[in-house]
Amino acid sequence: MSTISRRRLLKAGLATTAGLAGFAVADRLAHNFGLVPPDAGGIFGPGETLTYATQSLLTRHTLAREFPRSMISANPFAVPIAPPTDAFKHSQAIGFSDWRLTVDGLVRHPASFSLADLKSMPIESQITEVSCEEGWSYIAEWIGTPLHHVLREVGVLPQARYAAYFSVEPTQWDSLDMHEATHPQTILTMGMNNGDLPVAFGGPLRMRVPLQIGYKNIKFLNRITVTDSMKAFGKGMGSASPEGGYAWFAGI
Amino acid sequence: MVTAPTPVVTKAPRHAAVVRVTHWLTVIAFLALLVTGAEILLSHPRFYWGESGNPNMHALFSLPLPTSRPWVNNGFGTAMPDGNGWGRYLHFEAAWLLVLTGAVYVLWGLARGHFLRDLVPVRGERSAGGFYRAVRAYLLGQRNAASDAHTYNALQRVTYLTVVFVLFPLMVWTGLAMSPSFTAAVPAAANLLGGRQSARTLHFLVTLLLVLFVAGHVGMVTLAGFWPRTRAMIVGRSGSVPGEEKP
Repeated sequence: MSTISRRRLLKAGLATTAGLAGFAVADRLAHNFGLVPPDAGGIFGPGETLTYATQSLLTRHTLAREFPRSMISANPFAVPIAPPTDAFKHSQAIGFSDWRLTVDGLVRHPASFSLADLKSMPIESQITEVSCEEGWSYIAEWIGTPLHHVLREVGVLPQARYAAYFSVEPTQWDSLDMHEATHPQTILTMGMNNGDLPVAFGGPLRMRVPLQIGYKNIKFLNRITVTDSMKAFGKGMGSASPEGGYAWFAGI
Repeated sequence: MVTAPTPVVTKAPRHAAVVRVTHWLTVIAFLALLVTGAEILLSHPRFYWGESGNPNMHALFSLPLPTSRPWVNNGFGTAMPDGNGWGRYLHFEAAWLLVLTGAVYVLWGLARGHFLRDLVPVRGERSAGGFYRAVRAYLLGQRNAASDAHTYNALQRVTYLTVVFVLFPLMVWTGLAMSPSFTAAVPAAANLLGGRQSARTLHFLVTLLLVLFVAGHVGMVTLAGFWPRTRAMIVGRSGSVPGEEKP
């Protein structure tokens, strides 16, 4: 085998140093621009950070694909939900007239909204696809209030970085960075295909995040907390998903 | 300079260092992607064509496998544990390794003329006759071990070019076409393929082609001498060819 010359050693040393310096600079930049996901620790951290940083930059000014009405799936599918509690059944019996969405955290005016309050805000509809991490998908029309309207109403403080959102099911909670929380297609969904959002699909209120995979679309939404850090929520990895082994960011 | 059929005596390594390093990184990434891809497949071994498809819709084809989710029963029930969490994490991390490694290899190959020199079939072999001669040589066992160890025949060249410039790019494309974030930025990625479910089905079918390639590749390496060829891909020299410098 050929002996390693001094010149080659020098070149390899320089390349390694440049590589490490490059990583350090990239790491600093990623932190400064908020491109490091809350679940960046561990062996999957590098891949997850690359995916989140790239897709986050790609979707700053783009919209998830929307489809013509003719492409709405005749047979949508929803993962079976857990049996509803008595409190939920009571609420359902009175047409969810007592359903409240609490919005608190780093906001000027914490507030609680009824479904009627939300419906009095600007309503948007979108025909987008729900894509499950398992591989299946369906297209539906989703009708509701864009989250950014609600966030503007409560007055988000400048240091806010995430909107955490919670379900009446205690194990179901998640969060979005402020770019995706204020994305025009991120909507508080109350209607589906020209009717009320069925309970099987997360009614009366579901977070719809068409830029990400299905599991970010938390059903039975009742609370949103604006925060500058996800460290104090659960195990600090951004959502319930990483605690079950799943990625916080689900753009793919 | 190459004057076949006399054995080529050269001091240059059989495979350049960049080829060797990127080859094994690709092996690691491919194995990780294959295992995690199979794991993810078990959560929904049904395939569709078009934009959408789900358990309530007609499948294009369905694989008789045990699944990891109760709403898909292809004859074996829900026998598999759910591993989509780590499966998806590792799938995308390995995909980054594959894409970055592939980028280094292709950019290096273009800059150094690797593809034109080593992989585009040589002038006299760019014909049906050239391929016929290569296949016949395989079938009759008329192969010159010494010159074979230093160059590729037309069949190998076209196969490697197809894997590098057709199959792997198709895998990356069909994979990204399933991403709601990526297709927001590049809608054509999914639309050109006929939709998200078409992309998923193609992702699976191209996987089969790549597995077929790997089986053929490892089979041929074994026929040619597994350890000398593998050693050549690790340290650059096989150490078995007369006249070649010992490692």
